[in-house]
Amino acid sequence: MKRFIPLFVFLALAGFFYWRIVLIDKGDMPNDIPSVMIDKPAPAFNLPNLYEGKPAFASSGLKGHVTLLNFFASWCVDCRIEHPFLSQLKGHGAVLAGVDYEDKNADGQAWLEKHGNPYDTVVTDKDGRTAINFGLYGVPETYIIDKQGIIRYKQTGPMTPDVIAKTILPLVERLAK
Amino acid sequence: MVAETGHFALILALLVALVQATVPLIGAQRRDAALMAVAGPAAIVQFLLAAAAFFALMYCYVTSDFSVLNVAQNSYSNKPLFYKITGVWGDHEGSMLLWELILTGYAAAVALFGGKLPQGLRTRALAVQSMVSFSFLLFILLTSNPFLRLVPAPLNGQGLNPLLEDPGLAFHPPILYLGYVGFSMAFSFAIAALIEGKVDAAWAHWIRPWSLAAWCFLTLGITGGSWWAYYTLGWGGWWYWDPTENASFMPWLAGTALLHAATVVEKRGTMKAWTVLLAIITFSLSLLGTFLVRSGVLTSVHSFATDPQRGVYILTLLGVVIGGSLALFGLRAPSLKSGALFAPVSREGGLLFGNVFLSAALGTVLLGTLYPLFADALNLGKVSVGPPFFNATFVPIMIPVCIAMPVGALLAWKRGNLQLALKRLLPAFLVAAALAVCVALLMAGQGRFITAAAAVALAAWILVGMLTGLAQQIHFREVPFKTSLQRLLKLPRTFHGMTVAHIGMACVILGITGSTLGRVQNIQIMHIGDTVHISGFDVTLKKVRDDIKGPGYTFSRGTFDVSSHGKPVTVMYPEKKHFTVPPEDTTHAAIRTTLLGDLYVVLAGHDAKGGYITRIYYDPFVVWIFLGGGLFAAGGLLSITDRRHRVGAPQRNNEAAPERKTS
Repeated sequence: MKRFIPLFVFLALAGFFYWRIVLIDKGDMPNDIPSVMIDKPAPAFNLPNLYEGKPAFASSGLKGHVTLLNFFASWCVDCRIEHPFLSQLKGHGAVLAGVDYEDKNADGQAWLEKHGNPYDTVVTDKDGRTAINFGLYGVPETYIIDKQGIIRYKQTGPMTPDVIAKTILPLVERLAK
Repeated sequence: MVAETGHFALILALLVALVQATVPLIGAQRRDAALMAVAGPAAIVQFLLAAAAFFALMYCYVTSDFSVLNVAQNSYSNKPLFYKITGVWGDHEGSMLLWELILTGYAAAVALFGGKLPQGLRTRALAVQSMVSFSFLLFILLTSNPFLRLVPAPLNGQGLNPLLEDPGLAFHPPILYLGYVGFSMAFSFAIAALIEGKVDAAWAHWIRPWSLAAWCFLTLGITGGSWWAYYTLGWGGWWYWDPTENASFMPWLAGTALLHAATVVEKRGTMKAWTVLLAIITFSLSLLGTFLVRSGVLTSVHSFATDPQRGVYILTLLGVVIGGSLALFGLRAPSLKSGALFAPVSREGGLLFGNVFLSAALGTVLLGTLYPLFADALNLGKVSVGPPFFNATFVPIMIPVCIAMPVGALLAWKRGNLQLALKRLLPAFLVAAALAVCVALLMAGQGRFITAAAAVALAAWILVGMLTGLAQQIHFREVPFKTSLQRLLKLPRTFHGMTVAHIGMACVILGITGSTLGRVQNIQIMHIGDTVHISGFDVTLKKVRDDIKGPGYTFSRGTFDVSSHGKPVTVMYPEKKHFTVPPEDTTHAAIRTTLLGDLYVVLAGHDAKGGYITRIYYDPFVVWIFLGGGLFAAGGLLSITDRRHRVGAPQRNNEAAPERKTS
């Protein structure tokens, strides 16, 4: 039987592939994940700033303006894909807040220094508690929170220019009115 | 009309493929020479038909025939001619046609130049190759037909991703595919051998040049792709462990193991089943790569537009080709009796050691690439596996391979003398140790200086170790210099190829170490006249010209004066291009390359107050990565041109046996 092991390994792999393709066919792309948090108030949080001496950011600060809460990390590859497009989110009436997820401050700072810092404020979620409360699946992930502090949209995985132009910005502009 | 001709050529090719896949096989089983003789001409005709289809599509691109859907989606009329041509393989449909062209091209090459091959093996291999070709033609015609018409035809096309408008990248896919698809030949030989139930030295001898050719192209493709990422993406990165990159890297690792294993079969008649399995796995991984990139199963930076229907078809194709061949392997493997036993301390022992570790390394890359899929399926959440995983698993597995490399090359076949080999490697060890101490002292206190010292020592160990092997072969300093030189010229080219390729590994290690551990980066907003100091250079922003017109884009060009200790060194012109169709910005770094390190300047944009965002890096030794990749390919090429590959079946050459050492 030993000589059939490669075949069995391959068949198991093929099974996984088939399962994934069937899901894609049903419209479930590897990147979209339904969230139970949509239309619910953002969970309470109070996160320290990534840079010492700068102000913290708490859920009480969500009221009165639209917030784009973007979870990222210096160790995340997909964040690098999304990062150049973050600047496109500016100037549409929303506060762009970055949350450095399960990361060392120095690494997060170095990463932003390397790739540019588009955020209005950057805080850090070192133990990932806030991320758990938000129901984070992985990084990058972005939440659009309205003026009342209610989550209106969640983007799992990197935001592409297409998603930004067609989905995110129209929603932000509508909520900011 | 031309599009219809191309379409028709594809259908004819499908019919020829069907004939070539069946008739010669029946002939070979019945030993009917007339039926077997069909294989060669059929392979050539099939290649000509695929070429006709390919050039028909190219014609549609060159003439900007937007009534062809594929052209309308990927081209536009005022694109430079060069990019109209290379745009043929810029999208899914066209690149599948290129796949098919290369697949039939290899078969035609075997038909034309494989006259010395044993007839049964040649006939069966061509038939198997044609089965693969048939599946691909069916795939193209059913789900990816590039000749579909669009009514009414639009006035202009939608353009090509501007990142792809780059002379380097234009040739990247063809070279990569020559590698990927080239392994189909080793695969077809392996399946033919399983059908015949015979794997011998002659078989190993014949798959080597074809695998080497594929391996050289794949090496060049990967190196070129990495270099392209380095100079266009503007972040100075050259490898991201992205699924698409891994998709080309996995067949490379398997192919490297295959080349080494085939040597053992050829020399010692053992490790036969393993070599056949590797030939199957290498091509299977090429197919898997194609599937992963095009089915949307994994998310990646450079995916093609994905389509589940295509995914199902490729998966079925994978199931038939890979599943079928592995089942055949399971059934026939017992007939591949291995001949000689061998002592663990021997050349073949060293090659086996390398094979085990290369396979383990391959396993980690496969696991890391597919892990997001498994985790998702088993409800462990959606995850991204990044460089930390690969650096923590792949790199440590490769270290023993690198340490063993010069040792294995110094061991004799059958039974080697480890003590003697190690004694000969004493100078290499001393040079490595001395360099490690120097590096450690130079960098003491800086982060990870011990890692840097160890990596430099490893590179020196391989370099000096391989040169020691060469010196031993030519009896350097034991006989007069002139005699040594004569011996050097008489050494088989496979030996030179092995030495050159392994030295390439030393270069790659040096480059990776320098650029990952020694990199300096400055990101800042500069105004005209500002100077940035970096690694002994003073980089001054002199001026920026905006809105310069180029073909299909406008661009800004910065002028940076670079001086070192007050002396002018060079002037650098990084650019930022803005494309109109489709609207997209790309940066073009200005790079000053020297063997010691690259100065890398990017004009990233400007702020509202008249300042310019610039990224300036200094990357020590980074060019050695690409030079090392070049040496890999050069070594492979040297090996292909060895006399043995031109004169036909191998003979056990007792007189020169100790010199017949191959990589």
